[in-house]
Amino acid sequence: MRSRQLIAVTAALAAGALTLTACGSRNDSGGSAGGDSGNTTVVIGVDAPLTGDLSALGLGIKNSADLAAKQANEKKYVKGVTFKIEALDDQAQASSGQQNATKLTADKNVLGVVGPLNSSVSEAMQKVFDDAKLTQISPANTSPSLTQGPKWAEGQKARTYKSYFRTATTDAIQGPYAAQYLFNKAGKKKVFIIDDKKTYGAGLAGTFKGEFTKLGGQVVGEGHIDPESKDFSAIVTQVKSSGADVVYYGGEYPAAGPLSKQIKASGTNIPLVGGDGMKDKKYVELAGPQAQGDLCTSVGAPVESLPSAKEFIDNYKKAGYKDDYSAYGGYSYDSAWAVIEAVKKVVDANNGKLPSDARAKVLEAVQGVNFDGVTGKVSFDEFGDATNKQLTVYKVDGDDFKTVESGTLAG
Amino acid sequence: MHELPQQLVNGLLLGSMYGLVAIGYTMVYGIVQLINFAHGEIFMTGGFGALTVWLMLPGGTTMWIALPLMLIGAVIVATLIAVGAERFAYRPLRSAPRLAPLITAIGLSIVLQQVVWAWFPDAKSSVKFPELPGGPFHIGSITIQTGDVFLLIAAPISMAFLGFFVKKTRTGRGMQATAQDPDTAKLMGINTDRIITIAFALGAAFAAIGAVAYGLKYGEVNYRMGFILGLKAFTAAVLGGIGNIYGAMIGGLVLGLAETLTTAYIADVPGMQQLGGQSWGNTWAFVLLILVLLFRPQGLMGERVADRA
Repeated sequence: MRSRQLIAVTAALAAGALTLTACGSRNDSGGSAGGDSGNTTVVIGVDAPLTGDLSALGLGIKNSADLAAKQANEKKYVKGVTFKIEALDDQAQASSGQQNATKLTADKNVLGVVGPLNSSVSEAMQKVFDDAKLTQISPANTSPSLTQGPKWAEGQKARTYKSYFRTATTDAIQGPYAAQYLFNKAGKKKVFIIDDKKTYGAGLAGTFKGEFTKLGGQVVGEGHIDPESKDFSAIVTQVKSSGADVVYYGGEYPAAGPLSKQIKASGTNIPLVGGDGMKDKKYVELAGPQAQGDLCTSVGAPVESLPSAKEFIDNYKKAGYKDDYSAYGGYSYDSAWAVIEAVKKVVDANNGKLPSDARAKVLEAVQGVNFDGVTGKVSFDEFGDATNKQLTVYKVDGDDFKTVESGTLAG
Repeated sequence: MHELPQQLVNGLLLGSMYGLVAIGYTMVYGIVQLINFAHGEIFMTGGFGALTVWLMLPGGTTMWIALPLMLIGAVIVATLIAVGAERFAYRPLRSAPRLAPLITAIGLSIVLQQVVWAWFPDAKSSVKFPELPGGPFHIGSITIQTGDVFLLIAAPISMAFLGFFVKKTRTGRGMQATAQDPDTAKLMGINTDRIITIAFALGAAFAAIGAVAYGLKYGEVNYRMGFILGLKAFTAAVLGGIGNIYGAMIGGLVLGLAETLTTAYIADVPGMQQLGGQSWGNTWAFVLLILVLLFRPQGLMGERVADRA
C-alpha cells in the first residue's frame, strides 16, 4: 500500500511542479541608457519574453526600446530629463506579465511601458496599467479585441482600456491580407488551417478563414496543435491526406518551424503560411532546407526598405547589441519614441518640469502623438490602434525571409 | 480513416520514445522505490551531450560517422549526471523519509534545466540538431521519415538488450534480488550500492538514446524538452506497471498510440469536434490512465513483485 500512496503523492507533486515552473520568473533588468542630459529620470518599462522560446523576438524589443532611450539622451531631446529602460521578462506567460505590470506601476518614475510581445500576456496586463493610468504601447500585439473590445467581430467596436496603444497592425487585417494574397496572387484554393489555440494564433487563423472562404477558397481541414509538444505527426498525416495545396498556421515560430519541417518530411511539398509571429531567422533554421518558399505576412512595410529605417538599423548596429532587432525592432523603437515624444510635450507645457500627475498627462499626450518613426508615420486612432495599416508578404529564401510585396488590405 | 496505418506508425514511434525514457523511471523505482523526477532532465542533458559532440566534430563530418560518436557522448553525459545525482543527492537521503528524495529530485530537475539554460551556448531557446541525410521512405501508404529510422531500430534493440541483461547476467540477477529484498540481498553478498548505481546509469543511458532519437526526429533540442516528455514517460511507466521494465515499454506504446489516435480521430466523432486536436490529446491520454488504474491499479503489466528490476 505504501508504494501506491507514494504514487498518489507523487502525482500531486508533479502537478505542483507543473504550476511551479510556469510561474517561476527571472528578472533581467538590463538596458542601461547612457548619457546624462538632466536631473529628472523617466523610466520606460519594457515587458517581453527575454528568455525561453520566444526570446529572439523579445530581446529585439528590449534592445530597440533601449536604443530609443539612448538616442533621446544623446540628443538631449527632452531638456532636463534622462530616460532609462527597465526591462522585465514575462517568459510569454500571462501570470508573469501581470506581476511585471504590477511592479512597473509601483515605480513612480515609470511613465510608459513598451510591450508585451504576446496578446495573451497583454490581456492580463491591460487592467493593471489602466487602473494606474500608465501608458502601455505594444509593438507586437495583433489581437483585435485588445483595442476594439470583445465584440469587434460583430462590428460593435468599443475601447475597453484608454491606457492601451499599439504600433502593430491587428489580425483583423493581417489574416484577410494573407488570404487575399494566397487566393488571388499565389493561386491556392485548398487550405488546411492549424492554430495553437492561443489568443494570437486562434485569432489570426479565424480572420484568415473568414476571408479565404469569402473569396471562394475551400478549407479542406482544420486542427489545433499544442506548441509545447514537438510531435505533430498526427496532424501532419491529416494534412497529407486532405489534398490541401497550402497550410495556414496561426502561431509562432518555435512550433511553426518544426511543423513545417514535419509536413515536408512526410512527403507533402506544400508551403506553410503564417503571420508575423513566424517571421524570424530561427524559423528558417528550425524548419530546415525544405522550408524554401514558405510564406509569412508581417505588419508594416519591411523595415529595411524604408529610408527612415536606415538610420535605425545603422544605430542599432553601432550600439553593438548582441541580438538581432528581429521582427518588432522598428515598432518597439517607435513605441518607446511615442512615450518620449509625449513626455516632451508634457514637460514643455509645464515650464520644463514634470507635473505631479505626469502619468495622466503623458497618457493624454500619447493619444495625440504624430511623428515620423522608423516604420512610417506614427499616430493612434480612437481605439489606440496604429493608423499605419501597411502589411508585407515575406518568403523564405536562403536562410532568412525576403520581401515579396507590400500593400494595404483591399476591400 | 484511410490514414489509419500512418497514424498507427506515428503513435508507435512517439510511444517508443516515451518507452525509452520510461525505463529509467521504472528501473530506479523498482530498486529504490524512488520516483526520480530529474530523469526528464537527464534525458535533456543527453540531447545536449550529443549536440556538444556534434559541435566539436569538424564541419562536414557525415552523420554515419558522427551519429555513433554523438550517441556515445549522449550516454556518457547522461550517465555521469545520473550517477552523480545518485551519489551526491539521493544516497545521503536513502534512509530519510520517502518524500525527502522526491523533493530533492524535483529540485535537481529545476537545477539541471537552469544550468543548461545558463551555460550552454544559444540554449536560451531551441537549438538546431543535425539531421540524417536521405529519405523519407515509403512503404505502401506509410511514410517513415529519415529521423525516425534511428528510433525504429534503437528502441527494440535497447529493449532486447535490457531484457537479456536483467535475466541472464550476474549483475542483472543481483538487481532482481535487490529489488525483492535489499537487506537479504546484502546479506547474500550483493553490493547493493553498486546495483543501485548501475540502475541509475542504465536508465540514463536509455534516456540518452531517447534524446538522440528526439533530436533526429524533431530537428531541435531545448532546455525544457525533458519536462513534458519526462511527465509523459512517468505516466507511461505507471500505465505499464511501475517497476516492470516490459511494462514501461508497453505503457509507452499504449500512451503514444492513445495520444496520436485521439488527436487524429476524436474530432470526427459526431458532437465532439471541440474535444479533438493535440491539446486535448494529452487529456485523453490521462483519461486512459485513470481508466486503466481504476480496473488494474497495478498497471497493465502488473507489479509482479518477484520480477521487478
